[in-house]
Amino acid sequence: MGETSRDRIAERAARELRDGMVVNLGIGIPTKVADFIPAGVHVTFHAENGILGAGATPLSGEEDGFLCNAGGYPVTVVDGASYFDSAIAFAMIRRGCIDMTVLGALEVSERGDLANWIVPGKRAAGIGGAMELAQKARKVVVLMNHVNRDGESKVRKHCQLPLTARECVDLIITDMAVMEVTGQGLILREVMSPYSVEDVVRNTEADLIITEPIAYIGGEHLDPEKSNSGVDAAPS
Amino acid sequence: MTKIRTLDEALERITDGCTLMYGGFGGIGTPPTLIEGIFDKGVKDLTIIGNDTGFPWIGIGRLVTAGRVRKVVTSHIGSNPYAGQKMEEGSMEVVFYPQGTLAEKIRAGGVGLGGILVDVGVGTMLEEGKESVFISGHKYLVEPALTAEVAIVHASKADPFGNLVFDKSGRNFNPLVAMAGQFTIAEADEIVPIGQLDPESIVTPGIFVDMVIPGKGVNWEWVWEKPAATGSRSVPPAN
Repeated sequence: MGETSRDRIAERAARELRDGMVVNLGIGIPTKVADFIPAGVHVTFHAENGILGAGATPLSGEEDGFLCNAGGYPVTVVDGASYFDSAIAFAMIRRGCIDMTVLGALEVSERGDLANWIVPGKRAAGIGGAMELAQKARKVVVLMNHVNRDGESKVRKHCQLPLTARECVDLIITDMAVMEVTGQGLILREVMSPYSVEDVVRNTEADLIITEPIAYIGGEHLDPEKSNSGVDAAPS
Repeated sequence: MTKIRTLDEALERITDGCTLMYGGFGGIGTPPTLIEGIFDKGVKDLTIIGNDTGFPWIGIGRLVTAGRVRKVVTSHIGSNPYAGQKMEEGSMEVVFYPQGTLAEKIRAGGVGLGGILVDVGVGTMLEEGKESVFISGHKYLVEPALTAEVAIVHASKADPFGNLVFDKSGRNFNPLVAMAGQFTIAEADEIVPIGQLDPESIVTPGIFVDMVIPGKGVNWEWVWEKPAATGSRSVPPAN
């Protein structure tokens, strides 16, 4: 995924932030969400290593080796921040105090099942805090590529990989589309430029519910007629 | 009565094959002087319990990278590619728990409980081989408590009784690990006379700490200071 695409996904995720939310960002593209907080929106960032109120990355030369995020990189804190041990950090998560989390994923199913920690037979990095966040945060936003390296859809009818948590994802943002998990099924909400609805449907294994209006993100969409033609297309 | 001892006295407690619990998160809050001492002493076949395996030359990562660890009970090894390599080749056993479950299993060990009931991981492969119970119709996994023969922690300040204060996000797993050791060794960057720590601000009461040693400060370069430290091709720092 290119830098522009990563930024666009992070920017789109940031638009899910609401004033007053307590938010935990995963490692990778989710971390970039902090760079795109909309004007007038104030959120409190939570970190598993024991910070509530994590702030911006410090200037070079002003880092503190004992003030880092969960990825091991330096942060600052905002006024009103607190420190605590990791058991308390996870008490906050399990207790339902985290309003929103943004995580990466290997696969997501149309029911919102999330697989993001292990590919059997391959080297695994581990679980980290993903299971608690996925299962317990009030809103779970997943950022990922729409397809894997082999061109296969990562938006699945059913996850093939071991699950991180069942029926936990609320919103999926990829380089191609924004999809909402609902009781009715997976609804296509937005399409990222330069893709069409047809492109999205063709690259999505899950059944997509397509209802107008669909918004287009990232510049002028060149061929709206073509994109509308995908409405009745069956998923490949 | 003082619990202040030397590094050598502390190292007598840490022997081949022992179970060692350590504080720290990405190396931050892992006691650097003790790690260097364990490394120099040549201790091997360790079973280690802690949040992660650090970076290749940072924190507990140094012992993992050097092949001194037989088994690790942890939540994440992604920042140390040598840990993944040893797991793959079968030279190091790795047991993963969700981070919060691991923290709470350690805390349970430290507060005299047999274990915890947790619903994180229900409906996933983490259920396999685990006992479960239903409370008010809701399913929980039974997760036994964790303790260790020796626990090592890094405090910013300690007094001779072993009261500890930590430094910002360096606290992380340290207060939990301090309680869960059958023998707990605290390395402190500063040791102050008894009465100098405000009782209101003490995070770990000294009753949980068996030995205090003076630390020499962090002896590794952090990842943002030395990007190569995260890479598998980097060379270990000269001592």
